[in-house]
Amino acid sequence: MNALLRVEQLRKAFGGLKVTDEVSFSIRPQEIAAIIGPNGAGKTTLFNQITGQLPPDGGRIRFEEVDLVGRSPQDIVRLGIGRSFQIASIFPDESVRDNLLAACLSRLNQTRRLWRPYTSHLQAGEEAMAILASLGLESQANRPAYELAHGDQKLLDIGIALALRPKLLLMDEPTAGMSPEERQRTRTLIKKLWQEYRLTLVFIEHDMDMVFGIAERIFVLNHGRLIAEGAPESIRANRDVITAYLGEETG
Amino acid sequence: MDFAFLATQMVSGFSLATLLFLNASGLTLIFGVGRIFNFAHGSFYMLGAYFGYQVSAVWGLPFWPAILVAGAAAGIVGSASEYLFLRRIYGRPHEGGFQILLTYCLILIFDDLVKMIWGSEYKSIAKPPGFLGAVQVGDVFIPTYNLAIIAVGLLVVLAAWWILSRTRAGRIARASAVDREILGCLGVNVPLTLTVVFGLATALGGMTGALAAPLRSVTPGAGIEIIIDSLIVVVLGGMGNFWGAWFGAILLGEVNAFAVAFVPEWSSLFSYIVMVLTLIFRPEGLFAPARIRKA
Amino acid sequence: MDLPRRYKFGLLWTAGLLVFALVPLLMTSRYQMNLAGHILVWGLFAVSFNMLWGVTGMLSFGQALYYGIGAYSVGLLVTRVGAAWFFPALGIGLATAALISLLVGLLVIRMTGVYFTMLTLAFAQLAYQVTLKWRDLTGGDDGIQGIIPPGLLADKTFYYYVVLAVVFFSIWVLKRMAYSPFGLVLRCIQQNPERVRFIGRSVRMNQLRIYVISSLFAAAAGALMAGMDSSIHPDMLYWTTSGEVILMSVLGGINRFFGPFIGAIVLILLEDVIGAKTEFWPIVIGSVILVIVILFPRGVVGEAQHLWSRFRGDSSQRSPA
Ligand SMILES: Nc1ncnc2c1ncn2[C@@H]1O[C@H](COP(=O)(O)OP(=O)(O)OP(=O)(O)O)[C@@H](O)[C@H]1O
Ligand SMILES: [Mg+2]
Repeated sequence: MNALLRVEQLRKAFGGLKVTDEVSFSIRPQEIAAIIGPNGAGKTTLFNQITGQLPPDGGRIRFEEVDLVGRSPQDIVRLGIGRSFQIASIFPDESVRDNLLAACLSRLNQTRRLWRPYTSHLQAGEEAMAILASLGLESQANRPAYELAHGDQKLLDIGIALALRPKLLLMDEPTAGMSPEERQRTRTLIKKLWQEYRLTLVFIEHDMDMVFGIAERIFVLNHGRLIAEGAPESIRANRDVITAYLGEETG
Repeated sequence: MDFAFLATQMVSGFSLATLLFLNASGLTLIFGVGRIFNFAHGSFYMLGAYFGYQVSAVWGLPFWPAILVAGAAAGIVGSASEYLFLRRIYGRPHEGGFQILLTYCLILIFDDLVKMIWGSEYKSIAKPPGFLGAVQVGDVFIPTYNLAIIAVGLLVVLAAWWILSRTRAGRIARASAVDREILGCLGVNVPLTLTVVFGLATALGGMTGALAAPLRSVTPGAGIEIIIDSLIVVVLGGMGNFWGAWFGAILLGEVNAFAVAFVPEWSSLFSYIVMVLTLIFRPEGLFAPARIRKA
Repeated sequence: MDLPRRYKFGLLWTAGLLVFALVPLLMTSRYQMNLAGHILVWGLFAVSFNMLWGVTGMLSFGQALYYGIGAYSVGLLVTRVGAAWFFPALGIGLATAALISLLVGLLVIRMTGVYFTMLTLAFAQLAYQVTLKWRDLTGGDDGIQGIIPPGLLADKTFYYYVVLAVVFFSIWVLKRMAYSPFGLVLRCIQQNPERVRFIGRSVRMNQLRIYVISSLFAAAAGALMAGMDSSIHPDMLYWTTSGEVILMSVLGGINRFFGPFIGAIVLILLEDVIGAKTEFWPIVIGSVILVIVILFPRGVVGEAQHLWSRFRGDSSQRSPA
């Protein structure tokens, strides 16, 4: 089976704390998968290693048969891995549109240009508007990003990642800090984006409705170890998972 | 080159290193505890020297008490500056830039104030009685005042070591990752702590200035050279790294002492050359892990 | 009046150009023309510096290094080799500034925050010390006098118009740059460097690029100044020179493209008025900037625009940085 992303025996420790402990898994093209696990399980750290922010202590990460270990985040992004963050990572003083324009211009390799106004690049402009439309943020286009509501900032963060047309999109807790209604909306939106942009999507999430509602496969991390993976039904039934994680959640 | 000459330079390098270290440790202290970069730290050094001059040469207080008074006075000015100005910009976005700006303004103000009060001629303080001569070891003559400076430096190092490793305040200060929020969570009265620590740090600078005054004449504007030297020390050793700063100071002090002896004309360049070489070959500093410097 | 931005800008631009163009005609004294020339050159220096600080968030305390390189290239070649070398000297100055800023930049952009600031300061002080000590080449603290540009340029009024043209052209170029895709990336770097890497752009590479570009314009300003004053001095490389452009930028406002230029006008005029009355000019400017930093962090231009937009009930203003 040809995997898009293949992680093999990945290891990372902070001092004595093993945050990634011999983790191996692979992601198939076009799938939508979730990574779950209790707080501090090492989920974000796993993303950080895939995206080149943290060097792993050992193991391999291959994306379309390219070895990612040792590459810089910007290289990895340009290979086709986009990322959104647990805490929305945006450009606060720029308008919502310019946030997206920056990403579109970067994808189009236009950021070295220093003469024409960035607002006059037609293709980037169209792409940015298209993403605004998919996110439902058209009405906010001209507001500075820091003025957006928390939930909209999270969406904008996702939008910036989408603007890069990634083959693989990693989302770190897309609904963190959202109200129940916002969660509901975001869940539908993410599913829609996944279909619309024909993405391969891996998201970290604590919201179980979202995890079991839209993920085709689920990976469970606990204390840095991958303790289970499989379809939602099998995870729901998995004893280890129930004791390690779901037990606490469902009471 | 005979041994006596080398040894003399060596000792003079050590006393210079001590002064550099004392001053740089003030800079490091307030940065370590409060993440405040005091660009005007050198100006407090200069203020201390002038206070020392005023108290000992003009008012006739004996030398050693005068040093302490000078340090305390510089510390009071420091605390006041923190209380009146710096604390108004804490927590702003881009606070680091504003800290540099604000303390830059303090440099401009203090330099001119000193000129207004004491004029712009050189001022000097006489060495204290009993430390005028030199001791002879073999055929090496070592000025006793230089030895006294080294002794004061060692005393401060010992005191600092004791505070850093034996007291709660020291342990908090030593966890150099602390930021103001964490301090607050530890139940520390943050605004008060910052004012006090800023005062201590500037007092250390002022005391160093007064101590140095008998060796290097005092002029307005001396602050900037000192701050750059201190900064180089800190770059060599790693900001917030107490012991690293000590080694950095010794390295820089010795390099300077020998440069003055061999190529006096170009000696002022050597601090910078050491810094550039360090940056090229050990950008993470000679003694610090790279992580600390990304503050 | 609700003109589109573009026209408003064009109007201001033309008005500014006119005012400066009229100076030699309206002002009778050479002194006042020289003052206007100083404003232009410092304005360019400050605007180019602010591309680093206000736009990209890199507070360099060492731009005097490049200003000095520009000035000494012109000063040395014109006095030692010949007046005809004025333009080649300008080119050589820019090339030298590009090379040095590339080398220094490679070293200093590895550092962030305070370290970056202090290392740029240290490099500039190193250059200052070299200039001071290398008497045979630079004349030490006597500086270099009698720098007379060739031909028509020797005429002060003509030279003023050349300065006017070069400065306005350079600022126009910088303005285009500030609103280009590259400029957008620079602003993004200031606000969230990590995110910039995660849109696939190198933070360091872009920082290095703007460091070199900014230094080139600083060198151009220094070169223009050498010809205008006919004399140069090592103080042009001293840290207070770097401090001056920082003060101008804060005074005018670092979040507005023209803020530093307005700051240059205000600072130079103030210095001219107050500096004539008292030798204690630094304490005055130090106190003024202290108040501005604490109470009006947007600077003159930013604060004025903020008031104006409040007055019009418009809330879509960028935050103070
Ligand atoms: N840079 C670091 N240095 C030291 N420890 C770290 C670092 N980053 C993360 N950790 C620790 O590693 C562990 C895993 O952190 P991680 O952020 O990956 O957890 P997570 O699964 O994303 O949790 P959450 O659901 O709360 O986001 C935690 O115990 C955290 O404290
Ligand atoms: Mg996490």
